[in-house]
Amino acid sequence: MAKDGELDFFTTRFEDVINFARKNSLFPLPFGTSCCGIELMSTLASGYDMARFGAEVVRFSPRQSDLLIVAGIVNLKMAPVLRNIYDQMADPKWVISMGACASSGGIFNVYSVTQGIDTVIPVDVYVPGCPPAPEGLLNALLRLEDRISKGDTHSLRRERALKHAHSGDAK
Amino acid sequence: MDIRKPVATIYGYFQDKFSPTWNEQILKLRESYGEAIELVVMPMESNIDMPTLTVKKEKIHEFLSDLKNNYQYSFLTDFTATDEKDDEEFEKTNHRFQLVFHLFNTETKARIRVKVKLSENESIATFIDLWIGANWAEREIFDMFGIQFEGHPDLRRILMDMRWEGHPLRKDYPLRGYQIFLTPEPLDPELLK
Amino acid sequence: MSDSKFQNDVPLDIARWGMPSRLDVTIKKDTDDLFEDSKMLVNIGPTHPAMHGAFRCMAKLNGEVIEKSYCEFGYTHRAKEKLGENRTYHQFVVYTDRLNYCSALINNVTYAMSVERMMGIEVPERTIWIRMICAEISRVIDHLICVGINAVDLGAFSYFTYGYQQRERAYTLIEKLCGARLTTSYTRIGGLMSDAPEGWEKEVKDWVKETRAVLAEMDKLLTENRIWLNRTKDVAVFNKEQCLQYGFTGPNARAAGINIDLRRDQPCMFYDKVDFEVPVAQVGDVFDRYYVRLEEIKQSLNIITQCADRMKPGPIWSEDKRTRIPDKDVVYNTMEGLIHHFKFFMNGFNVPKGEAYTAFEAANGELGFYIVSKGGPMAHRMRIRSPSFWHYQGLDPMIKGEYIGDLVAALGSINVIAGELDR
Repeated sequence: MAKDGELDFFTTRFEDVINFARKNSLFPLPFGTSCCGIELMSTLASGYDMARFGAEVVRFSPRQSDLLIVAGIVNLKMAPVLRNIYDQMADPKWVISMGACASSGGIFNVYSVTQGIDTVIPVDVYVPGCPPAPEGLLNALLRLEDRISKGDTHSLRRERALKHAHSGDAK
Repeated sequence: MDIRKPVATIYGYFQDKFSPTWNEQILKLRESYGEAIELVVMPMESNIDMPTLTVKKEKIHEFLSDLKNNYQYSFLTDFTATDEKDDEEFEKTNHRFQLVFHLFNTETKARIRVKVKLSENESIATFIDLWIGANWAEREIFDMFGIQFEGHPDLRRILMDMRWEGHPLRKDYPLRGYQIFLTPEPLDPELLK
Repeated sequence: MSDSKFQNDVPLDIARWGMPSRLDVTIKKDTDDLFEDSKMLVNIGPTHPAMHGAFRCMAKLNGEVIEKSYCEFGYTHRAKEKLGENRTYHQFVVYTDRLNYCSALINNVTYAMSVERMMGIEVPERTIWIRMICAEISRVIDHLICVGINAVDLGAFSYFTYGYQQRERAYTLIEKLCGARLTTSYTRIGGLMSDAPEGWEKEVKDWVKETRAVLAEMDKLLTENRIWLNRTKDVAVFNKEQCLQYGFTGPNARAAGINIDLRRDQPCMFYDKVDFEVPVAQVGDVFDRYYVRLEEIKQSLNIITQCADRMKPGPIWSEDKRTRIPDKDVVYNTMEGLIHHFKFFMNGFNVPKGEAYTAFEAANGELGFYIVSKGGPMAHRMRIRSPSFWHYQGLDPMIKGEYIGDLVAALGSINVIAGELDR
């Protein structure tokens, strides 16, 4: 409603409204395994307060969350577990890879470490740093929100592709 | 320019303090074990920090329990192994692995190091009867070096996946020898029975 | 838990007490027997919030009581011991940060000490005072996070934020030293990365003053809280004899009455020149482990003030040319300096043949580096004796016969850090 009391409206696509709602109510699942987990904790604690960006309610169950923050090393023993957790999350879902270890293996190019979690699950935003400062993670979160509103993430693209394929069948 | 040069006390330099007791104890031990003690290296002779006794495999249990009960080295600080494959002595004696015990005297705060030499594929009786805490250390040695401990109640891999092949800390295991598994490590089926 | 279960010279099959025995775990399907039917297996982890990261615990429950359990780990194994054999001594400083990442500076200091000791290098006085301050600051922030997380697990969230605020302030101090918050890599073999900035001592003292006040508040908030006492007193008791058998060190052992502190008993650096006390409790339950840590923070703060008072300006690098990183001025302006710089970073320096085990009282217990050198620029064996490895082993017998809810309290109180545990 406008200031003078008249009815006011604008037209938009339904998808955009949905994405607007999605981007401001992210439910992160902290997959913190090592050093980056401590910085993730800093980001959630009072000093940096991730709640300001709508990612307040941390859920430890994959069924209840839609943003997977992989903070720390994922080694070859853990990689299948990570895949399981990703598969259990409901669509649409997003992944932030926090830190050098998760993004590329970092300084640990050894027998037990996956060289980047993108060999296991699709990743939307990478955060460099070992470990990244909380500002880095907050920046990544804003970046992700931006991309969600544009519909430019892995799971949203997959959703669209599936829809296309489906409508193609109907014809 | 090495450890023998007494560098103030800034690194917890304890050779001076304990060398009389060490000498006394090692004399006594040499008397009672004789040939079973293969080699004794004292801190001032070589670049090491505490007396290192290499004991024959047959006598090691007796020796350690003696140290534990009669010499008050009752605390097992560390238990690990080394792979001596690149060493010159390996060619001659065929002793590939060394088990290394670090013992700590909780009363006088003295330390001592005991070594046992093992050849490849040789197993040794477990040390859990002396220190229960040796359980996981033995599992780790088995995992990393492939040394079998007879009589260990639960000798399976501890750090690596149970489907892993090879022993990573051996010198011939490549630094980047990845092994990829597509499913999570299964639970021990015997445990779920 | 009675002591009779635990004896020194037990036969082997009894020595398995508390260890996972695979044969005993069977679930009988008897619908008439309520108690048999109430037995169940619970898998906690590896990504359970109560397991702080990446541990796994299988527990067999009888109702709510844990009858048997076994713990698994290795989900963050990063092969630091293998890397120690494939990196030069200088490069390995970086990997020591990632051991106990809650208190990275202590690991740096211990590693630098152990290599310097093998080479017989003496570092100047100012460096030692700075290193002592670093060690104690990280001990404080490690304990703050340990008691904080322990409280969060048992439902006291606001307590955690008090401690965490001080931790953030300490990060600011550490950032001024080396530019990093968590993984510092501050020490070098034979010196430090850079000198402490001007006026840093004063800021440290201010921080100490603040922390004392916050600590008093924290103490008031939780220590005599009725719920906290009920959840922690006489829970997960680990007595003195068990601690000795399982290789417990540090605050966890002191909570059970083992009066050993390597800072006092095997003094390195200038710990024999500062005054401090070693708090020791008697029972060894969760509350004692919590309270010993709180007391230790107070002692550490005392040490920090004394060190900051005695710090004097001076050189930070040792006179030894072998390990000294060439000055930038020389590197940029002379040919020899450039060659030296290149050789130093590409080839590293040789450590004389020998072996040494250097231990230091880290925040969790005795952190030791057992380095075997064959004379080259890389170690032949780089063994890291991490306290968490031995503490985590004690979790099985510790939680036996306790409620499943107290598993969380027990795990939080022994402060197992995944990076240090798996190495």
